[in-house]
Amino acid sequence: MKTKIAIIGGGPAGLAAAIEAYDKGVKDVVILERDSLLGGILNQCIHNGFGLHTFKEELTGPEYAQRFIDKVKERNIQCLLETIVIDISDKKVITAMSKERGIFTIEAEAIVLAMGCRERPRGALNTPGYRPAGIYSAGTAQRYVNIEGKMPGHKVVILGSGDIGLIMARRMTLEGAKVEAVAELMPYSGGLKRNIVQCLDDFGIPLKLSTTVIDIDGKDRVTSVTLAKVDEKMQPIPGTEEKIECDTLLLSCGLLPENELSSQMGVDLSPVTGGAKVDESLETSIDGVFACGNVLHVHDLVDYVSKEASEAGRHAAEYVLGNKTKRSEEVVNISTGNGVRYTVPVCVRKDRLEDLLTIRFRVGNVYKNPEICVYLGDKCIQRRKKQICAPGEMEQVILKKADILADDGAKEIKIAIETN
Amino acid sequence: MQTRNLTCIGCPMGCALTVEYTPGDKDSIKVTGYTCQRGLKYAIDEVTNPTRTVTGTIRVSNRKNLVVSVKTKDPIPKDKIDAVAEKLKEISVKAPTKIGDVALSNIENTGVDLVITKNID
Amino acid sequence: MKYDVVIIGAGVIGSCIARELSKYDVKALVLEKASDVCEGTSKANSGIVHAGFDAKSGTKKAFFNVEGCKKMPALSKELDFAYKNNGSLVLCFSEDDIPKLEELKKRGEENGVEKLQILSKEELLKKEPALSKEVVAALYAPTAGIVCPFNLTIAMAENAFVNGVEFRLNTEVKNIAKEGDSFKIETNNGTFETKAVVNAAGVYADKIHNYVCSDKLKITARKGEYCLYDKKVGNLVSSTIFQLPGAYGKGVLVTPTVHGNLLLGPTAEDIQDKEAVNTTKNGLDSLQKTAAKSVEAIPYRSVITSFAGLRAHADTDDFIIGESSVKGFYDCAGIESPGLTAAPAIGAWMAETLSKDLSLNKKENFVAKREGIKSMALASKEEKEALIKKNPLYANVICRCELVTEGEIVDAIKRPLGATTLDGVKRRTRAGMGRCQAGFCSPKTLEILARELNTDMTKITKHGEGSEFLSEHKSL
Repeated sequence: MKTKIAIIGGGPAGLAAAIEAYDKGVKDVVILERDSLLGGILNQCIHNGFGLHTFKEELTGPEYAQRFIDKVKERNIQCLLETIVIDISDKKVITAMSKERGIFTIEAEAIVLAMGCRERPRGALNTPGYRPAGIYSAGTAQRYVNIEGKMPGHKVVILGSGDIGLIMARRMTLEGAKVEAVAELMPYSGGLKRNIVQCLDDFGIPLKLSTTVIDIDGKDRVTSVTLAKVDEKMQPIPGTEEKIECDTLLLSCGLLPENELSSQMGVDLSPVTGGAKVDESLETSIDGVFACGNVLHVHDLVDYVSKEASEAGRHAAEYVLGNKTKRSEEVVNISTGNGVRYTVPVCVRKDRLEDLLTIRFRVGNVYKNPEICVYLGDKCIQRRKKQICAPGEMEQVILKKADILADDGAKEIKIAIETN
Repeated sequence: MQTRNLTCIGCPMGCALTVEYTPGDKDSIKVTGYTCQRGLKYAIDEVTNPTRTVTGTIRVSNRKNLVVSVKTKDPIPKDKIDAVAEKLKEISVKAPTKIGDVALSNIENTGVDLVITKNID
Repeated sequence: MKYDVVIIGAGVIGSCIARELSKYDVKALVLEKASDVCEGTSKANSGIVHAGFDAKSGTKKAFFNVEGCKKMPALSKELDFAYKNNGSLVLCFSEDDIPKLEELKKRGEENGVEKLQILSKEELLKKEPALSKEVVAALYAPTAGIVCPFNLTIAMAENAFVNGVEFRLNTEVKNIAKEGDSFKIETNNGTFETKAVVNAAGVYADKIHNYVCSDKLKITARKGEYCLYDKKVGNLVSSTIFQLPGAYGKGVLVTPTVHGNLLLGPTAEDIQDKEAVNTTKNGLDSLQKTAAKSVEAIPYRSVITSFAGLRAHADTDDFIIGESSVKGFYDCAGIESPGLTAAPAIGAWMAETLSKDLSLNKKENFVAKREGIKSMALASKEEKEALIKKNPLYANVICRCELVTEGEIVDAIKRPLGATTLDGVKRRTRAGMGRCQAGFCSPKTLEILARELNTDMTKITKHGEGSEFLSEHKSL
């Protein structure tokens, strides 16, 4: 089959991209989703706190997803469910398979990559010890509890204080489990303050910073884990070991964009984010292939995923409608200065700039009273004070087209964190 | 006079708030450690009327290996969290379910309804 | 009911013996204490088909290694398990050590290894550009290979089962008594009477032997830790890279696996607890450090899992194979490296020995061929289409990392001696062996297992009783 825009993934990013592409005038949009439901991971995120920016109210994950699913349905956008994409060629031919259709191909004029991310597994942490039952990534445990209604364990230690870990600490507690501790390798938590207070403090669950799991015991099922403090080089400090009896270890140690398909098709990926390198139009290194949401870079709030994805959907529509000028070679690169881990986009093309350009980024450390500074060449074109910047929160700057075009010869925009 | 130490949830600063107050006397509340008005309001709410929205799941009696998500339609008093969580284990609904359906009204006499948050066909 | 032969242990040795024995008219039984075949040493090793230059000439190790290596290519086709003839290199890092390489080559030739060759530094770096520049020369063994240890074992066991050998899993031998001409084997699942016993109990072969024989045996568990790396770095080397052997075995190897990952290992540490398959920080650190001698750019960040296995080391330093001091009781003990390579040859030799001693006749209707689980990941487009057409479950991808479908998982469960555990499915299909290490697919695999075995998800285990994943909510 043929389509104007194919959207890979029917989670929050894919849904928002599809809706916006449709509303911008491209009716021939198809969403490919491997699950039997739209909504992606939101289906298992049953806690509230979603949608404050988008809908000005607090929704649970499934409710937030449903708002977008309803819009997709109103527009009759085609959704191929239980359909897995197994290959995308650099000519934008998608090979997919499903029980219904077998193996089939879709030729798309534009593609929006919206496959989301996955959790960092235990193996990647290379934690020594046994490999018994009872070790789960926090998201897997979340699925067992919130979808299937099963308990993954009763005495729990959580490694990693990312938001999923924090949310699961509360969830397991409310379901009757005892959460012994949340250990965090870093000296600060990557989770939202609100979650630390409402998921841990409310229930008296200790958060142990600069702490990691150095051993897992139990031949059949986990029987204990050993925690230890780490020094500034993240190495365990002898003598600080603490053995905690438990039957479950949940891992919440970060998320990785799921870019197997993108990398197979030849999209340039950033070694920092694991996501595609995109320009001002969220277009990847392959013409007509756009990326958004957690497959591009891991977001903190779904509201920002929806916003970014609708931008990607709009750009894809413009590309298909021929409203986008062909990409010139002349680019202004966006570089990362002090404290900035990455930026999205990584470059802009002056001739394709819109009135406002949003640059999203994350910082690599906790900064109190910093200034977010934007340089065009040597000149500072924006300087904004903040009370705090932390790695757990996504930051953004919005630049005016006029400011970027002011210096004709400028080849680089730099974002940096400055502190006194 | 009582003293409570809180962490503000307004932003990643996580200001360490100290609240001194006499229970029952609103005028006695004295908050220190906040850097913006959100911190002040949060501290006052936490010592006068702390509330939380409780989310969870209940059984779907006509489906295997499936539960449906629910929430208290409005925040409930914090000290009722445990009772509400226990109540969720006792009740069930039948599929299909629809977002907004009331699964249980006035749960644990909070005056707040428990509503479904997921559509199940 | 009396058996002709009872084999104790369903690892690669027990399974190979069972399969070869099933060529005869025989009433045979395999007893296995674990919930599946391939649950001990056979599941956690290097997966190497050694050429056979390592063991001293005249030893059982040397003989069975060379024989096993020769059998592997044809067997892999007959029984449909993954095998690749990728060759191996033994690296030498000092001019002074070149005589040791020559010695190894000579020993290999005495053992009957063909085509051994010493390569110069230039030849080596051309062949394997990732090797350390410190390398001076190497012994190249073109006949060496890599194999899937799980499916070698499983294929043997399945084929034995199809040809009439009985398997009792979850059955642990508690005692053996010789009464007259027969043996009574006590287990947690009843007592079995047999004319002959084959002891293939791995690290517990001493315990089994000592039930019967007065000349006591001691098997030491020697732990080996491994790190497995993502497929994206699987082609760092194409051959299996050894270092010149030290006092503790073959040292640390760097090898592609037959499925395209990169594997480093093993360490060697003698331990007391024969169930202690835990990895340690020291072990993992030292193994990566040692491996870096062979290949400088070890892609540490691409590690996807680490694991440990226990080799069954006998004090005699050689395999103990054949009839013991007690008539009718046969040992296959101390089968450490190159045991995996040797297994098919040990199986054939044991079956022949038993057939003579028990006067067994060859079976006429022996089914030699076994078809493995069809892999969607390896299938061509046409094969994929055909599989889906026949069974739409082959379109439902469960494990995304390794592209394993519901069709394959259902096949793994339903086939002879099928999987009943998550690990069983994993070893048969590779679901959960990829970079996310079952994070995403395990809930789905659990559901499929529960459905196909007609039980509840809470009953499904990782590797047998006690390793359950889930429980019901307290109130349910």
